[in-house]
Amino acid sequence: MLRFALRNIAKFSCLMAAVSVLVFVLVSLSPIDPVQASVGQAAYLNMGEAKRAELARYWDVGTPLWERYANWAGALFRGDLGMSLRYNAPVSEVIAARAASSLVLMASAWAISGVVGFVLGIVAGMYRGRAADRLIKGCCIALAATPAFWLGLVCLMVFAVWLGWFPFGFSVPVGVVAAEVTVLDALRHLVLPALTLSVVGIAHIALHTREKAIDVMEGDYVRFAQMRGLGRWQALLRHGLRNLALPALTLQLASISEIFGGSVLVEQVFSYPGLGQAAVVAGLGGDAALLVGIALVSAALVFGGNMAANLLYGLVDPRMRKEEARGSAYE
Amino acid sequence: MGRLPTEHFAYEADAPGAGVLGAHAHGGTNGSTQGADAHEDGTHKDAQRHHHHSHAHSSRHAGGHHLLQVEGLSISFMMYDSAAPSFFRAKKQEVPVIRDLSISVHVGEIVAVVGASGAGKTLLADALMGMFEPNARVSGTIWFDGALQDARSLAGLRGRGVSLVPQSTAYLDPLMRVGRQVRGFGGGKRLSRSQKLQRAQSQRALFSRYGLDESVEKRYPHQLSGGMARRVLLASALIDQPRLIVADEPTPGLDLDLAARALADFREFADSGKGVLLITHDIELALRVADRVAVFKDGTVVEETAVANFASPDLLSHPYSKELWHALPEHGFTAPEEGYSPELQPEPQAEMQPQPPASPLGESRMSGESEEGGPPLC
Repeated sequence: MLRFALRNIAKFSCLMAAVSVLVFVLVSLSPIDPVQASVGQAAYLNMGEAKRAELARYWDVGTPLWERYANWAGALFRGDLGMSLRYNAPVSEVIAARAASSLVLMASAWAISGVVGFVLGIVAGMYRGRAADRLIKGCCIALAATPAFWLGLVCLMVFAVWLGWFPFGFSVPVGVVAAEVTVLDALRHLVLPALTLSVVGIAHIALHTREKAIDVMEGDYVRFAQMRGLGRWQALLRHGLRNLALPALTLQLASISEIFGGSVLVEQVFSYPGLGQAAVVAGLGGDAALLVGIALVSAALVFGGNMAANLLYGLVDPRMRKEEARGSAYE
Repeated sequence: MGRLPTEHFAYEADAPGAGVLGAHAHGGTNGSTQGADAHEDGTHKDAQRHHHHSHAHSSRHAGGHHLLQVEGLSISFMMYDSAAPSFFRAKKQEVPVIRDLSISVHVGEIVAVVGASGAGKTLLADALMGMFEPNARVSGTIWFDGALQDARSLAGLRGRGVSLVPQSTAYLDPLMRVGRQVRGFGGGKRLSRSQKLQRAQSQRALFSRYGLDESVEKRYPHQLSGGMARRVLLASALIDQPRLIVADEPTPGLDLDLAARALADFREFADSGKGVLLITHDIELALRVADRVAVFKDGTVVEETAVANFASPDLLSHPYSKELWHALPEHGFTAPEEGYSPELQPEPQAEMQPQPPASPLGESRMSGESEEGGPPLC
């Protein structure tokens, strides 16, 4: 157990180091000049030479990459993620403020895609080849081929503009004091982005679950259960779900990264003030500290998801538990 | 699979409803009246042929009919022609797998269906359990305990009269403890508290009867040894108190000792007034334990005869049965023409191939009964 924990901590540290180095290098290779971007194009052009030099000195322009990284890493170990250039606030504060709304969005999209995808997949698998199956399969393939941002635009047009059921952007109503925003308001703003974000996940999980459901229902143990007098749906309930849950859970936990990637686009389309939007701002503004911060948070989330999948394996499947125990015993 | 092709069940026009089969006499050379009388009083001369088979010493017609009777069962599949010149031009064609198969199981007997692997034996087991693939076309008649069956009623007999003993632990849910699985879910009906308790008790009773200690019920299928698995699978059939057990290759992977014990369990079950249909590719095993052997070849039963008739090839009527006889180890492994076991050479190779220990049980049975048996009338 201790070995397991130590191994995973080591893996996690390596991942964090690799992600941060990569982001630093990529930002430094970017053609965007952070100083220029932070003061604004027009203001920079109108500046005098002296003013520009002063600005450059203020931001320590010309510090080599490795030194910048070393400074940042040193600060990180003291718990300081640095200052955001664009938001003019500590990175940790920016991330904390944005993560709250972003995580609600991603968590609801993640839950919707998991539950709806699983149910649709099972229904399609059980009615394989029939109308319900063809409908679900067709929709899923179409949705999987649809870019999330485009779907977001269509949703905005239909549900926000034409039908007026939902607001067309932001996480809270415009022109309302923050203290007066109700949970209902927040939910109304959440619906469209969450649905849009969940759609791609639904398609993948439904199609995978469908295949798996067909496999399981043709499997020997489900057939044997039926030969002992259970109906198809009863056999599914008693023996199928348990065996279907494991691959679905794995897929679901691995899809955190997809949800994260999708949230960048969806938040942009819906002007939803979350981490994804902040990442876009940071990337376009050459805001290395904020970008690294967001990259680290998202990498940690994805790592956590995969780790949770590993742990759940052991809980759900007794065979895995045995292999885990055997594996560590022989190491 | 829920929508079974009931319409494909071609009932015999003169089938006697849900009744006794005595009235019709096909296949036998003896007159119909005699056959009917013999059914009614429940006695037969052992070698008397009726319904395509001859009897063993222990064959009984309780209630004047067979426990299980299958007549003219054919199963074919609608498939795309694999020999078509291109994928897109392939036409659907009917591929027969089982044709015109007849077999009977009497009360108190073990009938072994013996045939090479891949000849469609498992399909026969599926058909008896009422499991049909959606693209299967099925015709023929099946009676269970005198009652004519269709696809729906066969499915209704699952776990309520007919139970399957499958081949291996692959037929157990890998994520469920075996005790829970053996107890089962009462064939889908909601069980009352006392019924659940009762099933738990009978599961424990079965486990202790077969020497499985209490810790076994808490194990998962992958934690069972081969012998344990076999007993667990048998227990999962017996807990439903079946009258007929269909056992599909229940012994591969078991050593000789365990296989013998497995067969002793089936013998005990049959002797208690039930029936066993044992599906196997192992002729030696079949001759050891069964009362009658149905020789299965190319999707049909070519000969259904008493084990006693395997005492001499002259007592066997079909050439394939004679080949089987010659291929037995004590007859020198000879496999004439298109041999049933391709790896066996036509010449006796006693020095190269170790002789398995002779089976005293099988031989005494065979020699004991052959005197009373006599040749089949056909």
